[in-house]
Amino acid sequence: MTAAAGPIEAAVVWLNDPLNWTNPGGVLDRTGEHLAISAAAVLLGCLIAWPIGLWLGHTGRGGGLVVLVANLTLAVPTLALLTILPLTFLGFGRPPVVVALAVFAIPPLLANAYTGVRAVDPEARDAARGMGFSGWQLLRRVELPLAVPYLAAGFRTAAVQVVATAALASFVNGGGLGQIIRAGFGLDIAAGGGQILAGGLLVAGLALLVELVLALVERLVTPRPLRNRGRRAGRRAADAVSGA
Amino acid sequence: MSFRLGYRADPGNPWFSWQYVRDNSDTILAALREHTSLTVRAVLIAVLIAVPLAVAAYWFRALAGPILAVTGVLYTIPSLALFAFLAPYLGIGVVTVLTVVVLYALLVIVRNALAGLTQVPPEVREAAEGMGYGRWGRLFRIELPLALPGILTGLRLATVSTVALVTVGVVVGQGGLGQLIFAGFQNNFYKAQIMTGTLLCVLLALVFDLALAGAGRLLTPWLRRRSAA
Repeated sequence: MTAAAGPIEAAVVWLNDPLNWTNPGGVLDRTGEHLAISAAAVLLGCLIAWPIGLWLGHTGRGGGLVVLVANLTLAVPTLALLTILPLTFLGFGRPPVVVALAVFAIPPLLANAYTGVRAVDPEARDAARGMGFSGWQLLRRVELPLAVPYLAAGFRTAAVQVVATAALASFVNGGGLGQIIRAGFGLDIAAGGGQILAGGLLVAGLALLVELVLALVERLVTPRPLRNRGRRAGRRAADAVSGA
Repeated sequence: MSFRLGYRADPGNPWFSWQYVRDNSDTILAALREHTSLTVRAVLIAVLIAVPLAVAAYWFRALAGPILAVTGVLYTIPSLALFAFLAPYLGIGVVTVLTVVVLYALLVIVRNALAGLTQVPPEVREAAEGMGYGRWGRLFRIELPLALPGILTGLRLATVSTVALVTVGVVVGQGGLGQLIFAGFQNNFYKAQIMTGTLLCVLLALVFDLALAGAGRLLTPWLRRRSAA
């Protein structure tokens, strides 16, 4: 019906149909799934990457390991992990999707945790040692608080990347907003063009929203004196991972 | 007959099978060829756009901000959304896949090339100027060669991520090895096919990376001499 009009008009029409939002499998449902999957994946990534990254940074070893993990995950296609994991012991459903996305969240989290601890002023570390802190106290009470801006930067990079990648879960019917795009491609381009474009706008919009919200959070958890320095440094650590 | 096979227990669906590779070598090679050609074309186009952009940003500092910002925004758009934006206009096919992967590769190459160019020491630039090099002569004979390590780093990262990204092209039916992986998943979760596609993907990325690293060594002999000394 709207196929004669351009894809943009068709997308506007699609987005203005309330049923497309409230139906089962509509935008609201899919957004909820998208956020639930992404949150679980980022949480899992943090639970794995932060302790390892902080510990490696504390001991000052394993810089090579951090780079290796980043390079390896760069070469493995998301599609491959999404299709392989459901066939393992994880079984079908949400767990394999969450694990697959967590794998891609780990490099930025790991690298920033590592860099954050390494970037702690050696004098602060020496002073803490001089005050008689044990290694564990040093990590918990000096290095960890000073690494928070880096952890926040890594969290933001990882979360945005996971929200973006979660759209691919639709390839294995894993839910999320990507499902809307896939369904549009299933229709064929003339009839589904509007829905495809609408889905794309929703996915990109959600990624952008998460980026903005987390940028704000990152600013809030960074102590004022560290703000400019921390952000620039955090970016650099994140860039080292994304390779840019 | 054939559906009875579906009832066989796990031994019927191994993670790897030479039998599968032998019987389907044509399909596998065709997918590999397509993947390779898509990657090579995408990276070539990306370099041809990105290096001039980096040079423009290097010469006219005012342009550096906007160029990096635009490529940065392109990079944050989720890949599936980028496919969704382009497919209604470019159609279902190779052009859409190429455009998407080129757009993603741009940022990585532009940033690294620009970093390489800005790392050229000012004394070298001044010496070149003093020797009478013009803007273009200096660019081609001094600055670009010295920026080569940066450009190659960008190129390697862009190539490796392009190999992985091409698989998303499945959504428009042109995913190269992704096509193999996805068909294996849909075809009763045929593990051997999924694994073969995945391994070839990772292997292809590795081969490209090593080839570019080797080319980099050959093109920048002065770096080797310096590290040996």
